[in-house]
Amino acid sequence: MSLGLEHYLVLSAALFSIGLYGALTKRSAVVILMSIELMLNAANIALVAFSRYIVPALLTGQVFTIFSIVVAAAEATVGLAIIMAIYRSRETIDTTKIDLMKW
Amino acid sequence: MALEIAFWVLAIVAIAAALAVVTLRNVFRAALSLILCFLAVAGIFIILSADFLAAVQILIYVGAISVLIILAIMLTREVERGSLSNKLVVPVLISAVLFFGTVTFAMLKTSWSLVSLPPAEATTVALASKLFGEDGFILTVEIAAILLLATIIGAITIVREK
Repeated sequence: MSLGLEHYLVLSAALFSIGLYGALTKRSAVVILMSIELMLNAANIALVAFSRYIVPALLTGQVFTIFSIVVAAAEATVGLAIIMAIYRSRETIDTTKIDLMKW
Repeated sequence: MALEIAFWVLAIVAIAAALAVVTLRNVFRAALSLILCFLAVAGIFIILSADFLAAVQILIYVGAISVLIILAIMLTREVERGSLSNKLVVPVLISAVLFFGTVTFAMLKTSWSLVSLPPAEATTVALASKLFGEDGFILTVEIAAILLLATIIGAITIVREK
């Protein structure tokens, strides 16, 4: 059985679902951020697979993946900075206890 | 044949490492398995003949983002508390499985307009002319540069002692 586009898409869907589970169930803000990175990686796999199998000459999916990696790096930096600031003022990063803005 | 074996090995490693990220109690070990997952994804990029992206994946994810995450874990004393779950485990598990099933069904049932061209050799030059050349993505590159500048300034402002 030779490799096709579907193999990569199913792998990407599996990684995204695992990241979705982690992002919605974990209490630690750092672990939530790690799960979001997993989901972004899954999306990157799907983009590169589409680029390889549907427009192999244009490389558009790979260009999109580069920008997705840039945005992921920016998101991780600002997210971890916010986590550090919250930890400094509240001594915890448990997301069930950070309810300052909760209605 | 070698490509198939490499794909299955890398896919199993990536999914096992991703499961370890969300199931391990020790946050530090979860971060280490996240790095393993990033490495497996870099291998998947190599199989997809995206050599430049594999190098970028290793440099940025394995090199920079994982260091940031481990630094945050060390500075917030997360290892002592462990990775706990909130009250939503069962509904979220059901929704995640349903989501996976739906997306997989949709992906397998769609008839993609596949092109059976061989993949481009050595994508670095082609990507550079895509990004910086005529009719390329040069405006997006400049927006990405401004985004990174804003990120640096924002992160410094947020973390700075008052």
